[in-house]
Amino acid sequence: MLCEKCNKNNATIHFTKIINGQVEERHLCETCAKENNELEFNFEVPFSFEKLFTGLIDSIQEDPGKRKDITCPKCGLTYKKFQEVGKFGCAKCYEVFRKDISSLVKGIHGHNTHQGKVPIKTKDKVIQKKAIESLKMELEKSIEKEDFERAAYLRDEINRLREKLGEI
Amino acid sequence: MVKWLEGIGNDEDVVVSTRLRLARNMANYRFPYFMTKDESEALTEEILNGMKDNVYDIPYKFYRIRDLSDIEKNVFVEKHLISPNLAKKADSGSFLIRNDERATIMINEEDHIRIQVLLPGLDFEEGWKISSKIDDFLEGKVEYAYHEQFGYLTSCPTNVGTGLRASVMVHLPCLSMTGHINTIIEGITKIGLTVRGIYGEGTKASGYLFQISNQTTIGESEKEIIKKLNRVVLQIISRERSTRAYMLDKRNHQIEDMIFRSLGILKYGRIISSQEAMNHLSNVKLGCDLGMIDNIDSKDIVNLMIKIQPASLQKTLNKELTYEERDVYRAKLIRENIRSLEG
Repeated sequence: MLCEKCNKNNATIHFTKIINGQVEERHLCETCAKENNELEFNFEVPFSFEKLFTGLIDSIQEDPGKRKDITCPKCGLTYKKFQEVGKFGCAKCYEVFRKDISSLVKGIHGHNTHQGKVPIKTKDKVIQKKAIESLKMELEKSIEKEDFERAAYLRDEINRLREKLGEI
Repeated sequence: MVKWLEGIGNDEDVVVSTRLRLARNMANYRFPYFMTKDESEALTEEILNGMKDNVYDIPYKFYRIRDLSDIEKNVFVEKHLISPNLAKKADSGSFLIRNDERATIMINEEDHIRIQVLLPGLDFEEGWKISSKIDDFLEGKVEYAYHEQFGYLTSCPTNVGTGLRASVMVHLPCLSMTGHINTIIEGITKIGLTVRGIYGEGTKASGYLFQISNQTTIGESEKEIIKKLNRVVLQIISRERSTRAYMLDKRNHQIEDMIFRSLGILKYGRIISSQEAMNHLSNVKLGCDLGMIDNIDSKDIVNLMIKIQPASLQKTLNKELTYEERDVYRAKLIRENIRSLEG
């Protein structure tokens, strides 16, 4: 079959356009298709590593087309944009897209939970959080025992620790 | 000599250098890819302010990419002190280099902070000690982006978790000549490690020099990553050594001929491209490591491999050269250097 536009080259690109229910069949050679922007996709798509790994996530989701796009409230990055550029916008993105990132990171590394170093500050926070938890248990016990003096002291101690952690 | 090469390292007949890189970001700023100029300035200031108190470490010197000429910044790349990617960040990139050149803190590369430690020979343990110490110090000064599940957060999900890329630069002439290198590369990629060219991601291997590094950054602790890499590297070292011994035994004349022909070209050539020079320097380095050439130190050859790179070459002359001029000047520089090394 010859290209319907130039009638010289063989038509190598065949596609069906459906716009508002109107069906139109087209048969073009590569040159004509390129010149007329008949096709939205690029013929010489350079290999993109970002596309490759963000593609991992598409295959995991059932229907990526129907999926609602999420936006990070802190930096304004949408998940779609992330899929294009392969870079996150800020630390908050990891929380906002957590579910997707979990499967994406697993796809890339085979794991998605950090096992290594913990910042000293974070380590301190974990210790303090544990301390608060045990004080809370002690507080409940003192209330049960009606030891209100002790309970008041524990309540203040808990509040002091929570304030230090920035929770209040 | 390039400063970080000075001193004596382990297994230097095969391993040129050990490098550790930690990717870190700050919690309160957008990541570099999306940052405005003002944000990147403020972040740079914050890091510099924090580093002012770093009195326990050796002093650092600060550079902004935009204040450096093309030649100057590429000299830093050729010496492996900064990444090619940072050199391109003319608007926002900067870096701090420790005076002994063994540690660099890159600012606004792909991540806000990239700590790099570079040591001669094979020494992951020392590398981890130094980089982790710098990391602890910075963590006390700025607020890191850290997540209980994902660990240290990075711009690109390929670095998340430990943010650690550990690598060694190895010289594998005999495994390359015999073709065994291909089996090794294939095996390495199967266990979460990767092989790259000497100037990092996307660069070609040159002068039989390869960079072996971890590919995955999450799921294993830093110590486990380093331990695995170290074990693999030790195996590769022993294979390269046994292949060298085998070739010396079975192909002694051919190896000797190859090495001394290369030395001859370097001593008397008048025009030489950097690729050709790298190949001959690689052969001469092998000659030094095998003890065939006993009046040149193998480390001086590694140093020469850096000196003959385009930017470093132009820096010594302090002017830009055409490609033709470079090849002529490179041949001259090599002749003079070899002569003075031979004493």
